[in-house]
Amino acid sequence: MSDRFTITVDGREIPAAPGQTILAAAQASGIYIPRLCHMDGIEPVGACRVCTVRANGRVVAACTQPATASMVVQSQTDELVSWRRQLVEMLFVEGNHFCMFCEKSGSCELQGLAYRLGIAAPRYESIWPRREVDASHPDIILDRNRCILCGRCERTSRDLDGKHVFGFVGRGIHKRLAVNARARLADTGADVTDLAIGACPVGAILRKNRAYRTPVGDRPFDREPIGAPVETRAELTINGGPAS
Amino acid sequence: MSKPRIATCSLAGCFGCHMSVLDIDERLLELVDVVEFDKSPITDIKKFDGRCRIGLIEGGCANEENVAVLRAFRRHCDILVSLGDCATMGGIPALRNLVPIDECFREAYIDGPSTHNPAKIIPRDVELPLLLDKVRPAHEIVRIDYLLPGCPPSADAIWAAVTALLSDKPIDLPYQLIKYD
Repeated sequence: MSDRFTITVDGREIPAAPGQTILAAAQASGIYIPRLCHMDGIEPVGACRVCTVRANGRVVAACTQPATASMVVQSQTDELVSWRRQLVEMLFVEGNHFCMFCEKSGSCELQGLAYRLGIAAPRYESIWPRREVDASHPDIILDRNRCILCGRCERTSRDLDGKHVFGFVGRGIHKRLAVNARARLADTGADVTDLAIGACPVGAILRKNRAYRTPVGDRPFDREPIGAPVETRAELTINGGPAS
Repeated sequence: MSKPRIATCSLAGCFGCHMSVLDIDERLLELVDVVEFDKSPITDIKKFDGRCRIGLIEGGCANEENVAVLRAFRRHCDILVSLGDCATMGGIPALRNLVPIDECFREAYIDGPSTHNPAKIIPRDVELPLLLDKVRPAHEIVRIDYLLPGCPPSADAIWAAVTALLSDKPIDLPYQLIKYD
């Protein structure tokens, strides 16, 4: 593309294209900016703010902010890492997260980020909210205790599955995940093959009868931190030849 | 010079973290060469004999007795380490935090499917420690110096932490040793 330009992320100059977000540009060059509410393939919304960076000094969400020519981005600074830690800790105490028996443990992105950020325990007092579990669907379980309100299921169901199974109700601390039926997930059009089911970064939406199949030690975040594949892929590209 | 002393306790925990301490296997022999165990379920010593360098805290606080023991550990130990998810975050016992305490009592003593209690008495004996309103991680009760998560923390993580503390080095655990499960 002729109108490509460069930006710098933590002092490294990388290519970017008009309309490309900071997060996408960084990722293409093997720089992992932590994120929870964003995943590749769906529209970014900037809900969780874990990807917060400074772009030309301004605090922005890297998943929604478009890169512009010569933009100077800071990501791995003490200040920003400390904010990310606080955000992740707040997500832990706002829900009911019991990693020791959760089926998602080892592949949970919230847990993976806490590991990567070096969180030993949240510094805040837990809220211990009462949240509803919906086990009505024969193949899917919806456990709101673990929901971090990232909206990945909602966007995936709407944009990729074309179904609108999930949505949010309430505001602020009362916000919760709802389903497109009078009450139960079983009465929606949700199917176990929906992409929305796999879009959940935590253990809030899970396929039934698949628990604990991967032995401890072999799970995605047992050996490598979350984001490592982004960083490894880039290394392979760089070693494989000059970046085009 | 006398050896540094280590004390351990299991508050609202399952003793799994103590099992993980024993799981350091033959390194236990190395450990007893350089430390003296004080109050601990491992030695069955019930009272502190002297000032301790390190106190390992398993479990959070579910009742007033847990709080009293934890405060005694803070008074007698230079360094307190929260060992495992119950001490660091509340863990499994904190599941009851999702249920009001009178509902917990009713379920335990009256409504439970295997409960026979025709008089419907909820015990209130002074011998029984009063339950706290919520199960709390240790650092919400006293100052805790180090947090070692895991359910339980692996023997290697415990060994790395204890040996670092005994040699006055910073605890620097590799990524693979920090786990919440």
